[in-house]
Amino acid sequence: MLDKNGIAKRIAKEVKNGYYVNLGIGIPTLVANFVRDDIEVEFQSENGVLGMGPFPFEGEEDADIINAGKQTITTMPGASFFDSAMSFSMIRGKHVHLTILGAMEVAENGDIANWKIPGKMVKGMGGAMDLVASADNIIVAMMHTNKAGESKLLKRCSLPLTGVGCVTKIVTNLAVLEIKDNKFYLLERAPGVSVEEIQAATEGTLIVEGEIPEMDI
Amino acid sequence: MINKKVNNVQEALEGVKDGMTFMLGGFGLCGIPENAIAELVKIGVKNVTCISNNAGVDDFGLGLLLQNRQIKKMISSYVGENDEFERQMLSGELEVELTPQGTLAEKCRAAQAGFPAFYTPAGYGTEVAEGKETREFDGKMYVLEPAFKADFAFVKAWKGDAAGNLIFKGTSRNFNPNMCGAATITVAEVEELVPVGELDPNQIHIPGIFVQRIFQGEKYEKRIEQRTVRQRS
Repeated sequence: MLDKNGIAKRIAKEVKNGYYVNLGIGIPTLVANFVRDDIEVEFQSENGVLGMGPFPFEGEEDADIINAGKQTITTMPGASFFDSAMSFSMIRGKHVHLTILGAMEVAENGDIANWKIPGKMVKGMGGAMDLVASADNIIVAMMHTNKAGESKLLKRCSLPLTGVGCVTKIVTNLAVLEIKDNKFYLLERAPGVSVEEIQAATEGTLIVEGEIPEMDI
Repeated sequence: MINKKVNNVQEALEGVKDGMTFMLGGFGLCGIPENAIAELVKIGVKNVTCISNNAGVDDFGLGLLLQNRQIKKMISSYVGENDEFERQMLSGELEVELTPQGTLAEKCRAAQAGFPAFYTPAGYGTEVAEGKETREFDGKMYVLEPAFKADFAFVKAWKGDAAGNLIFKGTSRNFNPNMCGAATITVAEVEELVPVGELDPNQIHIPGIFVQRIFQGEKYEKRIEQRTVRQRS
């Protein structure tokens, strides 16, 4: 079974040379730590920066340079700043190659819910609805089950949707899965996790074809 | 040169009334019009609608107007950092319209650019699209979103001049340029008001035509919401 860093490490393998990548808050943010350093990648933060760098050294924080999680950051050589409309032109216009974000629920038809729990949590969708509606290449990073042990990979989402039919790939603490023809296809198992354990933690239709390899991370 | 300079924040906010709709720039606490917000608290205008990506924190930014019960309605994309906001929303005191961030930005830009509405894929099939016109283009579904209408836009820039030209710094740019000229009156506050002619025309982000009033803010706290650092190795 993977921890959060393990999930991020596995997703980092999906980041290819020449990609512009948008990272969501939480596990997705960790992906930047594991991207190979022999490839050229630029991270976009939807509040208005392309070419995001690591956190600043203590004493070098600048209140005017933050990421979408409102954390102080630095920029890489070649970085740029822009306004919010232009930022979402990059996203809506499909200029960003890969979007990695978290989710509360994903359904076998590619629906995703990650912004609202009615009566409990109402924080808002931020840029998530724009991101999932626009990107062709979306990877969801999340735990396979919620804190109550219930599956987050469902037949249908029970929470208010963020987007419909948009998720294609999911990396969890247990597995790597792909969504095709309204089904979850198991691609890889996390180290030490059996197909049966993944099956038991997946409420939606799970297709297991042939031998399922263990993740190489 | 058409002079947009006003002497202080009081002059800049002349004409602000109860029940108006305001746009306020900023993402989190980054690039918010601190001086205009402080003056709105002082004037005590009530029942206002605020279009702003976030609602500040409990004791800073728009949180100050919320504490004072001055806001009737918020139009935002993310409001997670404010307990008083959540309390007022759940108790029904505060009306909230959550809007996807890119749609929020574009509704400002559309108002600035003279478009009545636009189609976006964001929110299609979700509760955001309920009651809205949808349409298919090239096999994909889109939602029709109208431009915003606002009485005042309060924006914050790094540098400006009396002609109303603005230059922003870092990610404090965010929604500020999109709100310029998107309301009846745009009030820009700047950290530094420089003599006309000093700003390089090649470097100006927002031309003065989009700004009606400009002043130099008295002071800026620039509070950091999430201070994250790394250790020197």
